[in-house]
Amino acid sequence: MSSVSELYQSVILDHNRTPRNYGRLEGDARRARGYNPLCGDECTVWLKVEGDLVADVKFEGQGCAISKASASLMTMAVKGRPVAEASALAERFHDLVTGKLDAAAQQTLPARLQVFGNVAQFPVRVKCASMPWHTLKAALAGGDAPELVELK
Amino acid sequence: MTATAPALDVGLVRAQFPILSTTAHGRPLVYLDSAATTQKPRSVIERITRYYERENANIHRGVYALSAEATAMHDAARARVAAFINARHEREVIFTRGTTEGVNLVAQAWGHATLRTGDEIVVTAMEHHSNIVPWQLVAAQRGAVVRAAPVNEAGELDLDGLQRLLTKRTKMVAVVHLSNALGTINPVKRIAEMAHAAGALVLVDGAQSAAHLPVDVQEIGCDFFAFSGHKLFGPTGIGALWGREALLDRMPPWQGGGDMIGTVSMEGSTWAPLPAKFEAGTPHIAGAVGLEAAIDFLAGFDPSAVAAHEHELLAYATALVGAMPEVTLVGTAREKASVLSFTVDGVHPHDLGTVLDAEGICIRAGHHCAQPLMRRFGLVATARASFSIYNTREDVDALAAGVEKAKEMLA
Repeated sequence: MSSVSELYQSVILDHNRTPRNYGRLEGDARRARGYNPLCGDECTVWLKVEGDLVADVKFEGQGCAISKASASLMTMAVKGRPVAEASALAERFHDLVTGKLDAAAQQTLPARLQVFGNVAQFPVRVKCASMPWHTLKAALAGGDAPELVELK
Repeated sequence: MTATAPALDVGLVRAQFPILSTTAHGRPLVYLDSAATTQKPRSVIERITRYYERENANIHRGVYALSAEATAMHDAARARVAAFINARHEREVIFTRGTTEGVNLVAQAWGHATLRTGDEIVVTAMEHHSNIVPWQLVAAQRGAVVRAAPVNEAGELDLDGLQRLLTKRTKMVAVVHLSNALGTINPVKRIAEMAHAAGALVLVDGAQSAAHLPVDVQEIGCDFFAFSGHKLFGPTGIGALWGREALLDRMPPWQGGGDMIGTVSMEGSTWAPLPAKFEAGTPHIAGAVGLEAAIDFLAGFDPSAVAAHEHELLAYATALVGAMPEVTLVGTAREKASVLSFTVDGVHPHDLGTVLDAEGICIRAGHHCAQPLMRRFGLVATARASFSIYNTREDVDALAAGVEKAKEMLA
């Protein structure tokens, strides 16, 4: 097993202490709520789509360092991207944290997301990292109405 | 800790638990999650092995000696459980899969036959989900209502608040003996008196208490008492429900199948007498004999020495971990046992759990299957260290050092 210091790298600790894009979007932003019934952690993602682009994204939630940093880095990674790219990135992130990407494939991801590759060594923490992305996917797929994602 | 309590030789105790000499991530195992499940002494492991190697047969079936002996062993295990909780009679002891199944049995067999629209079941705000959800299920079936007695800031049951909920509509009071999330010991004898005065029955969830507190169902005065083998040094998948014979006699069966019948015809069937009426299908025979061995194991110690040892560990942990400025203890009841539930500023319980795991330390992090209680304290989760007969001050020292490490790393 990889050591905990590899899991809790400085970028994760930084985004846990000072999450970026934390808060809500007003107006006609889409909203989706993610909830992990196993641990009670939750994450709400607000999303503003203009044309094909993720114009803005914010989140709020209660969770561990992994989930909070994941949500924070996710918002930075998808903001300004085309919706299709954001969706594809969500799939790739899931592959990353479930250990399906080899080293070369990991290198093709945005640099700041690559630190989550170590999560694959901590199976019980995979859902912590993936929950914000599941919530984002729900927000991307949804219309204006709030959606609930109950993670299995 | 009283001065007269004989000291427990923890080294000798630990030597009886093979798993305690294993390692986790290359470090000696520090097991502080006995509230989730206790480790198993060699005597229990060997008893189950012997059963399967030399004694295995189905019960109540064969005319051959092996089956008759298995039947006798199963009966003897029931008698051991009955003596352990001071039941009036062995037939008042129903073997179950565990506490959860015991509560569900009462909720369905008693509740479904008895509850009427508007009847009320009173639980407490500190219940485990397994003493909430079975009542919600039967309440929905019968048009009954589940109410929860409040818990104060210290994590103690508000008895005045409970009293206010008790009315002629109250048919059942279901209460935990020893809270898995807080360590609070509830005054179940007093609660039983209050409930009976209101005309209600009382079920006590003894999942945690059976290993830590003396249990005498007649002294408590409850009507049902449910507990699990695996939190009592026994195997998983076995537990017992005790109920007053007159109540159990009036209750219909809740599961049908072999062993629970008198006669079966296509026109209808009759039921076996207690306890078989509530034990459909081939039971967990190895589990029952393993539970008997577990009770024998616990009975090998002076209860006051065990209580003193666990109390001393809890006091030591409370002082050591509770003194950290970033730590908030959750559950500071005056009457408390075996559980230290806490939060650390800036460190989520799951992150703490992961950091401790790397040090070989097992704690529980989460809502402890008590989400209403977590909400009561404005929390989603806590970290929980729980202590048993085999834990040491060194285990607590390791916990404190691990919390310090997590603080440095994460806060």
